[in-house]
Amino acid sequence: MQPHELTSLDQALLNDFQRDFPLEPQPFARMAQSLGVGEDVVIERLRLLQETGLISRVGPVFPPNRLGVSTLAAMAVKAERLEEVAALVSAFPEVNHNYEREHHFNLWFVATAPNPAHLDRVLHQIAELTGLEVLDLPMIDDFHIDLGFRLQWT
Amino acid sequence: MPWERRPELDDPVQQALIRAIESGLPLVARPYAQIGEQLRITEEEVIHRIQLLMENDLIKRMGVVVRHGQLGYKANAMVVWDIPDERVVEIGRCFSHFPFITLCYSRPRRLPQWRYNLFTMIHGRGQDEVRARIETLADHCALDEKRFEVLFSRRCFKQRGARYASLRNEPDPLK
Repeated sequence: MQPHELTSLDQALLNDFQRDFPLEPQPFARMAQSLGVGEDVVIERLRLLQETGLISRVGPVFPPNRLGVSTLAAMAVKAERLEEVAALVSAFPEVNHNYEREHHFNLWFVATAPNPAHLDRVLHQIAELTGLEVLDLPMIDDFHIDLGFRLQWT
Repeated sequence: MPWERRPELDDPVQQALIRAIESGLPLVARPYAQIGEQLRITEEEVIHRIQLLMENDLIKRMGVVVRHGQLGYKANAMVVWDIPDERVVEIGRCFSHFPFITLCYSRPRRLPQWRYNLFTMIHGRGQDEVRARIETLADHCALDEKRFEVLFSRRCFKQRGARYASLRNEPDPLK
């Protein structure tokens, strides 16, 4: 599904329910009520949006370093090794985001573990397996107030 | 925000609940009842426990989690700033007031390889829009010297929510 194929119902589902998801027995019925459609329609569209990857999930967003510990890590990888190293990094279940970025440090990933020792082991193992340095850049302060993300359709 | 052990998370039901919801609620008419069946607790208790997690700031928000990259927000730029240490809190707070900033963290420098201590994620529909927004930030927050780099994303190899409870209970793969 491409962004231009989104119906106005999809847009409302994506934009208006990023927070304050109803904590009541039939949350989708509540959403449906405010959208003026049926509960089954809401569930069906959310399934489709999730299957096509436009939404990652309907559920919780956890704050960093509360349920576990996480860090942002960076590596400088030669172009010819990038895919191999990226695949190795992604294969760790502790890694939840892994991006190529335009910079000398071109591979950036977020790793999360239940405790600091576990997280350290993951970073060390990645460094050992690849023979590359891993910059460990844990968060110090979070300044952002997360209100979800306002989408613009124009 | 240093890591602290949260004893309340050692409760096996709490762990099972987090494991059940961290990759998303089931998209069925009564999702909390379905989770409750799995966990052998009532629908009411599932809802109550999620409410408690939110009240204790162990859940930041509940809702639809959008993948920006799939929605035409192609220019998701990580902009890293080298801010004098004594101004980093003030500047971080100033930046975070702008709606196009979706993340704003201070992080340690790693000299000599890495001099940047403030990280922002700026979403825009193109690189020009992102660059214009960087200028707005720097001017509005009175940065005397603009020392920053823009790291546009090129490829996403992996993106999903963090798994907390699943990792906690699985055998440690590194042992």
